[in-house]
Parts: sequence; structure tokens; C-alpha cells
Amino acid sequence: MTLDRRSFIQGSAAAGLGLAVPNLLAQSNEPIRVGLLTVKTGPLASGGIDMELGLKQWLAENGNMLGGRKVELTVADTGGVPANTKTKISELNERNKVHVIMGPLAAFEALAVDDYIRDNKIPTLSVAAAEDMTQRKANPWFVRPTSTSSQCAHPMAEYCANIKKYKRMVVVADDIAYGHEMVAGFQRVFEENGGKIVQRLFPPLTVPDYGSYLAQLKTNADAVFLGFAGSNGFRFIRQMNEYGLKGKIAIVGGMTALDEAVLKNMGDEALGIETACWYSAELNNPINNKFAPAFRKAQGYDPGFYAAATFTNAAVLDAALKSINGNASNREALMAALKKTNVPTARGPVTFDTYGNVVGDVYIRKVERKEGRLVNVVTKTYTNVSQFWKYDPKAFLANPVYSKDWPPARNLE
Amino acid sequence: MQFWVIQTLNSLALGGLLFMLSSGFALIFGLMRIANLTHGSLFMIGAYVAASVLRGGYSLVFAAFVAMAVVGLLGAIIERFILRSLSNNSQGQVLATLGLSFIAADACLMIWGGDPIPINAPEMLRAPMEMFGFMFPTYRLVVLLISMICAVLLYLLMERTRLGAMIRAGVDDMQMARAVGIPASRLFTIVFSLGALMAGLGGTVGGPMLNAYPGLDADMLPLALIVVILGGVGSLVGTFVASFIIGFIYTFGIALVPDLAYVILFLPMVFVIAFRPSGLFGTMRA
Repeated sequence: MTLDRRSFIQGSAAAGLGLAVPNLLAQSNEPIRVGLLTVKTGPLASGGIDMELGLKQWLAENGNMLGGRKVELTVADTGGVPANTKTKISELNERNKVHVIMGPLAAFEALAVDDYIRDNKIPTLSVAAAEDMTQRKANPWFVRPTSTSSQCAHPMAEYCANIKKYKRMVVVADDIAYGHEMVAGFQRVFEENGGKIVQRLFPPLTVPDYGSYLAQLKTNADAVFLGFAGSNGFRFIRQMNEYGLKGKIAIVGGMTALDEAVLKNMGDEALGIETACWYSAELNNPINNKFAPAFRKAQGYDPGFYAAATFTNAAVLDAALKSINGNASNREALMAALKKTNVPTARGPVTFDTYGNVVGDVYIRKVERKEGRLVNVVTKTYTNVSQFWKYDPKAFLANPVYSKDWPPARNLE
Repeated sequence: MQFWVIQTLNSLALGGLLFMLSSGFALIFGLMRIANLTHGSLFMIGAYVAASVLRGGYSLVFAAFVAMAVVGLLGAIIERFILRSLSNNSQGQVLATLGLSFIAADACLMIWGGDPIPINAPEMLRAPMEMFGFMFPTYRLVVLLISMICAVLLYLLMERTRLGAMIRAGVDDMQMARAVGIPASRLFTIVFSLGALMAGLGGTVGGPMLNAYPGLDADMLPLALIVVILGGVGSLVGTFVASFIIGFIYTFGIALVPDLAYVILFLPMVFVIAFRPSGLFGTMRA
């Protein structure tokens, strides 16, 4: 970690404080201090606000208790800017003295605070998908109850190859690590099951107009896989319509391509599109049957990826804390307990592998209209999907991390 | 063949949209010497206002007029109450517009939320059009047409009216213009408002292509900057030509060398600044 002057001063001040008031944290009637690193301003705010709402709903339903102790929640807005994420996490750690951190939202934010989390040994339940945070450079203080970038793309690829019987596909994703990792995982499994990726397009994250990408889209392929995040999938699909491509080529997507958050603003153009995700507001299990309607009643729209993420995180944290009698000050014990969690949540049962990443169900979902609104209806479940899919973890980790260059695209036309 | 035809039409449509975005920016920059960094925000506000009007069940044409009125008024207010008090301090003015753009972005987030809002083209323009065996989005042709009409109207305004003559005089030599009795302060308000109005129109007309979403402002502002630097400050013809040059470079750059799309986009700007600082058609240094 590079040490700038500010973090040095903050660090030494905090160290001094720590010496001056020993053992205060050990008192058991003290609240659990949880820091939520989220994004409430800027382009990523939509997901970030849902993260806060999801967590707050869990707390409201559970009497503001986690692991049998009262919760003191501090919400920090990073604006989605990695430099701010660093400042905010040190603020949460040094001033608010949080026991646990939830977040941050984006992969580049998580990477920016990776060293800080290690150095300060802060148990972190993240939402960010960056693969290597739980793979080649696994952070021992980091658990991810959601998904890596490619965790949901692997089953989607098998689904496309073996069930939809697609032979030739195009992949389109944002030109960021998340997009590269997701389509690389998709490509690997799809091609190993006999398919061919004939075209790959990586529009910049902030491209305002997809016109020139759409004009070169190979319409003789069977389907296109969208690895977009945020509102980009929404914009891409609407523009596909404009070019008369709808109906000519089937559309499938990754876990953030057609989130409930964008679905609420879409129209018939979204109908029939299949995506893979670890959650759907339509999921039928006792916890979600309570969560989704309650969230919809309170907010007026369905919970999606981000609201479900923190709602799930809270359930995982609650179970882990209960197993260690709420003693959050013992960070090593808390981390060990987190990784041993086996708890039913709104997304289905959650367990972790030794790298701190979730092993859980992944759902194939299809957009349908129900009671007047568009929903992601679950059509197929892949159970206990690991970040390594069906590969041996050692062999998987011996390969380079998924990127534009690996696995190589050999079938481009 | 299909590829070239469609990408050419794409370039023209994007160029038209860029012209609507940049012409106001160029006007303001040329006359007032302010790089108006709220221009992207005004464009975005135009899109959002149009989206709201459409949700109320009105037509896109009506939405365009409402957006122009709202954004034009907003421009006048910004000029009159904020930039005016910073006159003779152009750095302060640029910083103020930057600050305003942040405020505008978060205000939009508060009002319209963080999720993208679709803006639908009129029903009859939504389906793609078949021309010479190619499918092409009808609405983009309309965008091109509207931008041409705007270009002609702006040209007539600048070249054939008294207001245009005053603006041109101000662009060429502000002090001399004041000396011959041109009411500079009122002119500034009018031009800023007119520039904002064009941005609002651009936001509405571009809406069905781009939709309204947080971050639209930051996506569009650099494009306006490139166009104006390439075309030359204060030159309407320059802005017009540069809009289409950038439209072509951007579209074909993305299609032919996708990895270098942004390099190709900004490279001409670097060369222009290095070798022809006044831009292709400009008469003064940017």
C-alpha cells in the first residue's frame, strides 16, 4: 500500500486512540457498528441507493439487530470514485470504528481499497464482482455472497450451447474488466460445449450511442450475449429495436444486463429476453416471498441485484455473528465464521468456498409481463454454482485471469 | 456495401446531433469567451424535461418546445445571476459553470432518480425503414433533417438579422462593438439563452437515440468541446463542418479500429491545437 500523508496522519491518530481506550470494543452490550460503502450520487447511484434500501429493510424486519446485538449503521457515499472510496473506508474504520464493512459497489472501487482492507483487517462483505479478489489474489478479509463477474455467465453459456442449441454467438460487453471477465467466462464454457463466438464487441462504458456497433452486429449469428452493467443494456436493446434487429437475432444476457431496476422503465422490447443471475425478484422461496413484495410495497418497484445483494449480505452476517455469540471484535473468528456460513437467504442457500466466494444457485430468467409490469421469471435453476464452475479450482487458478486475451478468441469471423 | 452505407448514414445522424449540441456551445464560447461546462448538463436537462413531458402523454414535438423553453430560461438565469457577477473573470466563470454542472447532475438525480428514462420517438418513426435493401432507423434520418433545418435557421439568424450582425460584431471585437453602441450585456444574456435552448433541443431530439440517464451530461460535453476546437471558435460554418467530421471519425473509428476509438476521436483535436490553434474555420485562438 502506498502511504500518502493524509492516511499516515489518520493512521497514526487512530493508532494513538486505539492505545488510549483499550478493550472498549469488547463490551457485549455495545452495538455492532456496520459501515455501508455505497454510491448515492453520480451515474452509479441507482444501484447504490438500492443497496442502502435493501440493507435497511433487512434491519427493519429484524428489529435492527444483527447476531443478537443492536446495529449502528453508518452509510458512506463514495460517488463511485475510487479515490473517495479510499477516504470513506478509512473514515469508517478510523472514526466510526466499524466492525464490518458492506460494499463497495463497483469492482474498481473494491480494487482501490483491497490493500486497506488487508492492512487493517476489516471483515468485508462485498458486492463488487472483480474475479481475482477471491481467486489468484484472494483477500482473506473479503467474502462475496453475490457473484464473481463470470459466475453466472458460465451456466448461461452451457444453457445457450446445450439447451438453446445456439452454435454461433456474438458477445457484447462494456469495455471494462467486469465486461471482459464476464464474456471471457461465457466464451470459454460456450466454446467448450461446441459453440463458436464469431464476434466480440466492447463499446466504451460511456459511449452515448451504440449505432455504429449495431450496424456491424453479425445478424447471421444465432444469438447475442450482453455483458452490460447499469443502464447500458437498456440502451443497447432499445437501439437494437430502432435498427430492426429485434426478432432477427435472439438476445441473452449476463447478471446485470436486464436488472429489475432498468426493467421497470422498459417496454415490450424486453419481452422474452433470457438472462442469468443469482437472484430474481420472482424467486420462489420463503424469504424472498416476504422480501420482494415488502420491498415493492415500500419503494414502488421490484428489488434487483443491488437491493438483494445487501439483503443477502445482512442475512449472512447475522448468521455468522450468531455462531460466535455476537463477538464482532474478534475479527479472525468473525471471518472464519463468515466463511463457514450455511444459511438460507433471499437468493437461496449461501455457502462459501475457501477463497471467500459464494457457492450458490444461479437462475436462468425470462422477461415476461405479469400484473402489468415486466418481471424476470425463473425458468431454470443451476444449483450450487461455484466461481470455478465445473473446473478444478487449482487448474482454474493456474490459468490467467479472464480478460480480453484469455481465453483467446479463435473463431472470430 | 451494406456496412458502408449504414455507417455513413449513422455518421450523418450523429453529426447532425453533434451540431445541435455544439452550435450553442460555439456561440457562447465565441461571443463570451466562456467554455460553458454546463452545456452537457443543459443537454441532459433537455432530455429529462422531454421525458417528463412525454410521460404526461404529450407529443415529442410539444416536448421539444417545452424543453427549449425550460432550458433556454435556465440559460438566461445562469448568465444573468451567476456569470454576470463574475464578468471580467473568465477563469472564475469557467469554474462556476463546472460547479453548476455538478449541482445540475445531482439535482437531476434527485428529481428523476438514477435509472434511465426512455424517450420514445413518435410511433410512425419508430420502425426501421427499408431503403435500397438496407434497414435503417427512420428516426435518425429525421434527426439529420432537423439538424439541417436548425443549421439553416441559425445561419439566417447570424447573417441576415440585426441580432446576428451584433453577435458577429461582438465575436470579432467586443470593445469596438461596445463602442459603436451594441448593448453587450443584453446580447450576452440572449446568446447564452439561445445556446442553452439549442442544447435543450438537442437533448430532446437526441433523446430517442440516447435516452435520458445520469451521466449523459459527461458523455456529451467532451464531444461538444472537440467539435468546437476542431471547427474553430465562433464560426458557425466551422461547427457545422466539424460536427460531421467528428460524426464520421467517431462512427468509422469505432467500427474499423474499435480498440483505438477514443484515440482516433481525440487525435484530430490534438493536431488542430498543435498546428492550427484557431481551428479549421476559426479566426482566433481557442
